[in-house]
Amino acid sequence: MNQEPVIPDFGEAASCVAENRYFCPDWVRDNWGSVFQPALIEHVKLTVIAVVVGFVIAFAAALVAHRYRIAEQPFAIFSAIVYTIPGIALFQLLVPFTGLSVLTVEVALVGYTLLILFRNILEGLRAAPPEVLEAARGMGLTRRQTLLRVELPLALPAIVAGLRVATVSTIALATIAAFVIPEGLGQPIFAALRNYFKTEIITAGVLAILLAVTADLLLVLAQRLLTPWASARRIAT
Amino acid sequence: MRAPRAAVDIVFDGATKRYPGRQAPAVDNLTFSIAAGEICCLVGPSGGGKTTAMKLVNRLVELTSGDVRIDGRSVRELDQTELRRGIGYVIQQVGLFPHMTVAENVGTVPRLLGWRRDEIRARVDELLDLVELPAVDYRSRYASQLSGGERQRVGLARALAADPPVMLMDEPFGALDPITRTRLQKELLRIQGEVRKTIVFVTHDIDEAILLGDRIAILREGGRLAQVDTPQEILAHPADEFVARFVGADRGLKRLSLTTLAEIELDPPNGAVLPSAAAETTLRDALSLMLSEGSRSLVVLDGDEQPRGVLTLDRLSELLQ
Repeated sequence: MNQEPVIPDFGEAASCVAENRYFCPDWVRDNWGSVFQPALIEHVKLTVIAVVVGFVIAFAAALVAHRYRIAEQPFAIFSAIVYTIPGIALFQLLVPFTGLSVLTVEVALVGYTLLILFRNILEGLRAAPPEVLEAARGMGLTRRQTLLRVELPLALPAIVAGLRVATVSTIALATIAAFVIPEGLGQPIFAALRNYFKTEIITAGVLAILLAVTADLLLVLAQRLLTPWASARRIAT
Repeated sequence: MRAPRAAVDIVFDGATKRYPGRQAPAVDNLTFSIAAGEICCLVGPSGGGKTTAMKLVNRLVELTSGDVRIDGRSVRELDQTELRRGIGYVIQQVGLFPHMTVAENVGTVPRLLGWRRDEIRARVDELLDLVELPAVDYRSRYASQLSGGERQRVGLARALAADPPVMLMDEPFGALDPITRTRLQKELLRIQGEVRKTIVFVTHDIDEAILLGDRIAILREGGRLAQVDTPQEILAHPADEFVARFVGADRGLKRLSLTTLAEIELDPPNGAVLPSAAAETTLRDALSLMLSEGSRSLVVLDGDEQPRGVLTLDRLSELLQ
């Protein structure tokens, strides 16, 4: 590699970059606003859109499958097939139709969330114990009331568990969006791979990890708040 | 607080349930009636259709033919949801909603019926009081924080919440340990004394039926009615061999357990030194005492420990004739 990073020469920092050490904090600070911050924000956007859209689709499919058992297999098989296609191959398949666009990236990212979300939501909806459903029926709850007041709340732990996996894996996957569009934390990594600029690769990678950990923690926290009964401890009597 | 509703009667009129693809009916031409404010125990062997018969009342099972009328109105003509909201339903596994607190569980039907919040709150506290779970301690707990007996008390409170005139109870105490079961049986009788519901109580335990039932309906295999009568009558005059075997060879003893010393005529006290028993002792326990003391008679004491009269073995055997 003979390509010099194009940065102002400020002595100490410049030598760190010139020698391509593992981590040059000054360079990160100087490039935070122009490289990392926008990449991080784009990454969050890509992830949020993918998980939200994936959740809406998987949730609707799970509701249908919960009501009509026959609908389960087709969607399970479809989402499993999508899940097994390698990410880069999926981009290749989509580009002729949707071009080098955010849409291509999102279709792929959404596709990968479907399997885990569908399975967890459906499993959650089916988790209500039979005697609880029998009591609900006996008390005169309609099917809709049973779904909204009993089955959905009881499905929350499984749903959040699915969202955690889907979110973390989408954050990881979204780095390869840079194959298609210059967005997300994959962008600085790709840029740095050209000259193997360690600081940039490591910073972007660590940001992706921190983002995943933060998102996971937020979801755990959300679950604690939404399902107080799950953490209620037995009181000695 | 809403005014308590008067109890109503339930009439089974040729009620029959056939499941598709099965030759024999699950409930076969059941005809009997349950008076308002009475506990009627449905007993019988497994496969006798007692739970199915009970579920015909709130249409968890739909009639194939015949009819069930509550307060003169056919269940067929009532809206299923409305019907169920007017009938308390208690099952063996309780089925408390695990994600709701005790108060939310108990308030379920009132909420569905659109009661005001303060009304629901007052009703929940009143009911928790009735089932002897102090509201301050229990209203915010979850089912996972209750013992088996406490759960069934909450189940009972939940079923009573909207003051339904009819209660269906499917082996509600079947999963409890014997001590808790006995306690809850007594509590049910105490509560029934206050609320006077028409209760259909399914059990496979004839002793439970004798203890709780104002009347007992015994079903045999194939869902046919073998006999319906008061516990005394069924024990004294079983309709046939099946009923006699079902109530047990000790039915004489069971009859004795239905009556206390206070309820029978005694010989006058004669001053002899005899084993003694309090007036609220059952005849069965009195007999046991006589046998274990090797005495052919005992003296019955009233509340002030004064002799009220003398019971003899001959008198007991006369009572069973």
